[in-house]
Amino acid sequence: MASQHQTPTAHHEPSFPWQYVIGYVLSLVLTVIPLWLVLDHVLTPTPLTIGILFCAVLQIFVQLFMFMHFTHGDGSGEPAYQTVVLSIGFFFTVVFAGASIWIMSFSSQVQ
Amino acid sequence: MTTLAHNNVEHHHGAGDHVHVDYPERPIEYQTQDGALKILGFWVFLATDLILFACLFATFIVLRTHTDGGPTGKELFDVPIFTAETLILLTSSFTGGLATFEMHRGHRNRVIGWLIITALLGLSFVGLEVNEFVHMAMEGATMQRSAFLSAFFTLVGTHGCHVSLGILWMTGIIIQLFQRGITPITARKVYIVNMYWHFLDVVWVFLFTIVYLMGVM
Amino acid sequence: MNTVPHWGIFITEPMILGSDVMIVLTSVAIVFALTKFKKWGWLWREWLTTVDHKKIGIMYMIAALLMLFRGGVDAELMRTQLALPNLSFLDAEHYDEIFTTHGTIMILFMAMPFVFALFNIVVPLQIGARDVAFPYLNAISFWLFFFGAFLMNISFVIGGSPDAGWTSYPPLSELGFSNGPGQNYYLLALQISGIGSIATGINFLVTILKMRAPGMTLWRMPLFTWSVLATSILILFAFPALTIALALLLLDRTLGTHFFTMLHGGNPMMFINLFWIWGHPEVYIVILPAFGVFSEVISTFSRKATFGYGSMVFALVAISIVGFLTWVHHFFTMGAGADVNTFFAIATMVIAIPTGVKVFNWLFTMYRGRIRMTLPMMWAVAFIPCFAIGGATGVMLAVAPADYQYHNSYFLIAHFHQVLIGGTVFGMIAGMYYWWPKMFGFLLDERLGKWAFWFFNIGFYVCFLPQYALGLMGMTRRIYTYPAGLGWTVPNFISTIGAYLMGIGFLFIVWQVIYSVKYGERDVTGDPWDGRTLEWSLPSPAPHYNFATIPTIEGRDAWWMAKQGQLDKNAFLPKKSDIKPIHMPKNSGRPFILSICFFIIGIGLVFGVVPFDVIGGLGVAFCMFRRSFEYDTDYYIPVDEVIHTESALGRLQG
Ligand code: HEM
Ligand SMILES: [Cu+2]
Repeated sequence: MASQHQTPTAHHEPSFPWQYVIGYVLSLVLTVIPLWLVLDHVLTPTPLTIGILFCAVLQIFVQLFMFMHFTHGDGSGEPAYQTVVLSIGFFFTVVFAGASIWIMSFSSQVQ
Repeated sequence: MTTLAHNNVEHHHGAGDHVHVDYPERPIEYQTQDGALKILGFWVFLATDLILFACLFATFIVLRTHTDGGPTGKELFDVPIFTAETLILLTSSFTGGLATFEMHRGHRNRVIGWLIITALLGLSFVGLEVNEFVHMAMEGATMQRSAFLSAFFTLVGTHGCHVSLGILWMTGIIIQLFQRGITPITARKVYIVNMYWHFLDVVWVFLFTIVYLMGVM
Repeated sequence: MNTVPHWGIFITEPMILGSDVMIVLTSVAIVFALTKFKKWGWLWREWLTTVDHKKIGIMYMIAALLMLFRGGVDAELMRTQLALPNLSFLDAEHYDEIFTTHGTIMILFMAMPFVFALFNIVVPLQIGARDVAFPYLNAISFWLFFFGAFLMNISFVIGGSPDAGWTSYPPLSELGFSNGPGQNYYLLALQISGIGSIATGINFLVTILKMRAPGMTLWRMPLFTWSVLATSILILFAFPALTIALALLLLDRTLGTHFFTMLHGGNPMMFINLFWIWGHPEVYIVILPAFGVFSEVISTFSRKATFGYGSMVFALVAISIVGFLTWVHHFFTMGAGADVNTFFAIATMVIAIPTGVKVFNWLFTMYRGRIRMTLPMMWAVAFIPCFAIGGATGVMLAVAPADYQYHNSYFLIAHFHQVLIGGTVFGMIAGMYYWWPKMFGFLLDERLGKWAFWFFNIGFYVCFLPQYALGLMGMTRRIYTYPAGLGWTVPNFISTIGAYLMGIGFLFIVWQVIYSVKYGERDVTGDPWDGRTLEWSLPSPAPHYNFATIPTIEGRDAWWMAKQGQLDKNAFLPKKSDIKPIHMPKNSGRPFILSICFFIIGIGLVFGVVPFDVIGGLGVAFCMFRRSFEYDTDYYIPVDEVIHTESALGRLQG
């Protein structure tokens, strides 16, 4: 038998993967809702866009928190730096995409 | 596949494979200092990869109306297909998560099983996508046709390349799990490849929403 | 072509031929020397396969100095052509190539590696680490940079240089208008080295966050390390935009897509937008490390802690965030509308505030300090007025309506040289002088260094101040000649004189280095400047494992406090009983080989040779798989060896 410290530790994990199952169900729900919204034409374009984008944002949270251990540290007691780094990443994602649309919106007039 | 039968062989290591553990009290993927560094490093990489996609998305959104009289998204996108792609990828993200879960419980064979399922789902996703692309191209909707199509193929294709790379990578890790079992090193690899996989799911959700759903709106 | 005086062509051809011959001869000489002195093995073992951050840093620095030379020659050629009206020393075509390679090389292949050189040489030593977080990746970064730079440089000899400016704007840079391989060289060279830069950003961010010595909290970190942290953030979030801009342009050129073409709905302005999403942060990527150097140098040579440490850190972080919100100031004239221009003009001006805070803090650090005018300090002091002028003209450019006048004129050229030379180059030279003894164990000669300093500084103002005037007189950038009678002749001539003076200054630095190798004062203490931070507690050069035992840090500038008797100085020396086997990464030749494979892909894409792409691609894949299956990546230095090394250095305690 391998020495004790090499035995994978089973801590933190319950016997049934509840977290993953709930995450999966949520992600399915969050896919079906926007699909339904779009296909059934229940909303006018602007609220529809906002609605489906909102679902997408919730989906990110599902992946990050239910699957990716987004806020878990490495056990060293230091902060989970990835939370900060990736949050900055999301911020710049919105800035670059949003600002590019704003900046380039002139071209729709030029065309 | 005799190794599959014995759970207790799982903690044996390949020849000469003595893993030095720095922090036995931590979750297995973080037990070596190197593991902790690499996982954080990979998070940081994901943040830059996110910006990569952000720029592709920005380009796509700016150019999505520039169809030059050619086919539009509404004409090209097929709801059942992209819905199937989405469901497959979401499911594979779930099965990948289950691999991490089993890894923490020390069941090597289950980890391998879930990873194989994940990779196969990934493969079918890529298959569907390639098929979709070929169909479009046959209808004359090539990436040379218009700025919109250039942006579409590049954005979706970049994601597809990421997924394909992930499948190859996962295959390599599955082999290493067979060879070495769950050690702090292989555990770190399983953990990281799944981070990557979940991340690709995040990106896909936006492709689904911004490219496809808004395209057929 | 026919408008160009004919003998210009003859000058052009011999020049290319000449550089061809030079390169071949140098290569032959190197191969010969290595064989004669049986140094191939040494080169491979000690340098090409090294993963030691100190050696990688030195290689970055040598590469940066070589590229400074190459870019400098470009500059002297351009200034010679512009010295007087209607010269035909260079023809239009050749001039275009030269300003393109000059700009590209100076930013991507001089400033970037110089910055990375200091990252590598200093950061692990300053935070008490034995290497960076990912030493193997670090080697990959270097070799990707190296082969990227190589690709850029051979364009001059094989196939022709890019000639659409370092910004490479479409539609000019599209296939229809630049159909030779030149533009492909640019795209691939930047792409390959850019991957390396992103990896460096990741590497140093993780190093700084996770590998600090015990007790070194973020608030005890030296300001240079803080500047590297801020720069890493900039790299991480800026470089992907460049990657995309280049990739899409390459797709346009190779696969016939229509991102930036004038046909089928393409939009060239989107390239410019993406380029500057990276481009503006990039100027901060090369300036923030210089700020870090100045903080270290000024506080060391004023014998005072940096004034306003907290505000210095805050300013760095503020710059690295707000620096992402200003990019449109490079294309105000695109006409995105008053609202867009106003937002970005204001954001640009806001950056001047934290920058100003830093300048005042440096001044207050010097105030009432016991100042020693060493070489690094001279460059640091010279930086302040130079950068102040550059910042002020920057704010002038940031006034969007006024920029319609300044844009793409020599006023702009003068602005960015003032900040890039007066900031980045001065900073890198100051850093090089300051850490030179730590790298090599000897100091650079003061007397020759002073000649270099004065030639370079006087030359700088003589060269660039007239260009502000020229800009206001209407001289636009990127013109290869101008008619007489516009009043431009005298300022241009003066400017050229200044450029030559700077060239002489550079030659003095070269002489100084060569002279000092032989005659320079040896650094036996490891602390030649009476420094404040951890690297000065080590011998010069540091042993390859850096710290035999990792000290516990109990304050900011802990080494200085120890020397003042506020902390225990012995805590910085290893005790025999504390020494344990040291865990180190093994050398590897794979980063080098992997980068060659990237280079082969690059060549394949430049010339459209598909087999090259396939071979290179398979090579890359093979290298990555080998790495993934490699488990024997590190080793332990036995205690005896460490004890032996440390006692030979006279550092070991009972
Ligand atoms: C107070 C700080 C600064 C301000 C307000 C500022 C402002 C500006 C503006 C508005 C432009 C565009 C002008 C035009 O194209 O018409 C510009 C160009 C430029 N700046 Fe600055 N700048 C500042 C600092 C810096 C620094 C620190 C650097 C580099 C170390 C730098 C490098 C450049 C470069 C390279 C360009 C021209 C790029 C090109 O078109 O080729 N600037 N600056
Ligand atoms: Cu700028």
